[in-house]
Amino acid sequence: MEIPKSFLGYKRENGRAGTRNHVIILPVDDISNACAEAVANNIKGTIALPHSYGRLQFGADLELHFRTMIGTGSNPNVAAVIVIGIEPKWTKRIVDGIAKTGKPVEGFHIERTGDIGTVMKASKKAQEFVMWASEKQREECPMSDLWISVKCGESDTTSGLAANPTVGNLMDKLEPMGVHLCFGETSELTGAEKVCATRGATKEASDKFMKTWSAYNDFILKEATDDLSESQPTAGNIAGGLTTIEEKAFGNFQKIGNCKFVDVLEPAEEPKKGKGLYFMDTSSAAAECVTLQAAAGFNIHLFPTGQGNIVGNPIEPVIKLTANPLTVKGMGEHIDCDVSKILSREMNMSQAGDELIKTTMRVANGRLTCAEALGHKEFVMTKLYRSA
Amino acid sequence: MATDIIIHDKKDNVGVVVIEKITPKQDCACWIMEDDSSTNIQSVDEIPLGHKIAMIDLNEGDTILKYGHDIGKVVKSIKKGEHVHVHNVKTKKW
Repeated sequence: MEIPKSFLGYKRENGRAGTRNHVIILPVDDISNACAEAVANNIKGTIALPHSYGRLQFGADLELHFRTMIGTGSNPNVAAVIVIGIEPKWTKRIVDGIAKTGKPVEGFHIERTGDIGTVMKASKKAQEFVMWASEKQREECPMSDLWISVKCGESDTTSGLAANPTVGNLMDKLEPMGVHLCFGETSELTGAEKVCATRGATKEASDKFMKTWSAYNDFILKEATDDLSESQPTAGNIAGGLTTIEEKAFGNFQKIGNCKFVDVLEPAEEPKKGKGLYFMDTSSAAAECVTLQAAAGFNIHLFPTGQGNIVGNPIEPVIKLTANPLTVKGMGEHIDCDVSKILSREMNMSQAGDELIKTTMRVANGRLTCAEALGHKEFVMTKLYRSA
Repeated sequence: MATDIIIHDKKDNVGVVVIEKITPKQDCACWIMEDDSSTNIQSVDEIPLGHKIAMIDLNEGDTILKYGHDIGKVVKSIKKGEHVHVHNVKTKKW
């Protein structure tokens, strides 16, 4: 199949391109959720991103909070942003961070005004933003404007056999087109970590990966109970035939095909070394991982599943694929791309990769994903440690 | 020809069931992805889709190989054709 050279995206002020055109109402902290949701309810076509944190955090944990907030607002899938926080200072810091992209952004703080006054002021601005954004048209953008993140979930052995290598096949075909790629899931590379480290493009990248993995592993060993509380592998993984974390890790690792990673990113860190594959230090929980990748600027997500994970994201479209015929049969409304014919050998890996590229292009051009149509918009902040 | 079991790598001592289930004493057709070769095995247990079958006899302490790599250790001996899972294999990590 000839690989497409372009897609239809929304060109942004900073030169990036989006696959979506959202106007978001971003609460700085948990207690501003009600205000943000009221604004989104008033002004049609906007979306609120409620979450649980943003108060009394400090140090690296607070920095990650700001990086996730600013990164989410800065993502090219977002046309304009309303930021609402309880206090003016942290609200302004997020507004100023997003404003660097050149997109419309305005902040409101609730102290001294109250919810009702803030909702009124913010709603007026949100109406202005959404009507402005509604006139944006999709334009032809080069493939290199696609920033593709990947993460698998509710994996089983069909993931490692077929769905994950399908993503790997897509990576091998699209990497030469100059796209940015990102994989994460530090804990779920356990058992395959040494093999993964050999895929660093430089010794520096390999060393940085091993350092990152070791730090995560030390933390897990410190906190773990005898069985990792059915978290690794999960009960769903085991039902699907996965026996150990090592088996899960080697399956997981199939997602990067033959690509080498150019750098290792902190959670929600924007890649700065140009095109190619990046590894990001993330949790392996689906919503946390995708939220971090979206905050780093990735504009389309590929999510292979075995037993049927259903996650979505409010700003980054999440494309699901599976090779498990029982999952296609039982919960087909969640599956954007069916590659189950690999198992019956009616489809080879290259054909499956082509099918996934076709699906990816359709979604990049505007087709809703299953998760979008079903209303999945899980926005889950990663928290590093207890608050002050 | 229909494939009942797929094996990732020639070195692997387990295969993955890729049909809805295999039944005891079923003669199964296996396909090895790495070099596109074929082999056969007779099952001992009923094994569902996605679960693993032992391609050889395995003793306590042996290493399970899948993708050509170490994915854990045998904690209870396994006969060729039996179901391989959490009841007889454990991680070497956590």
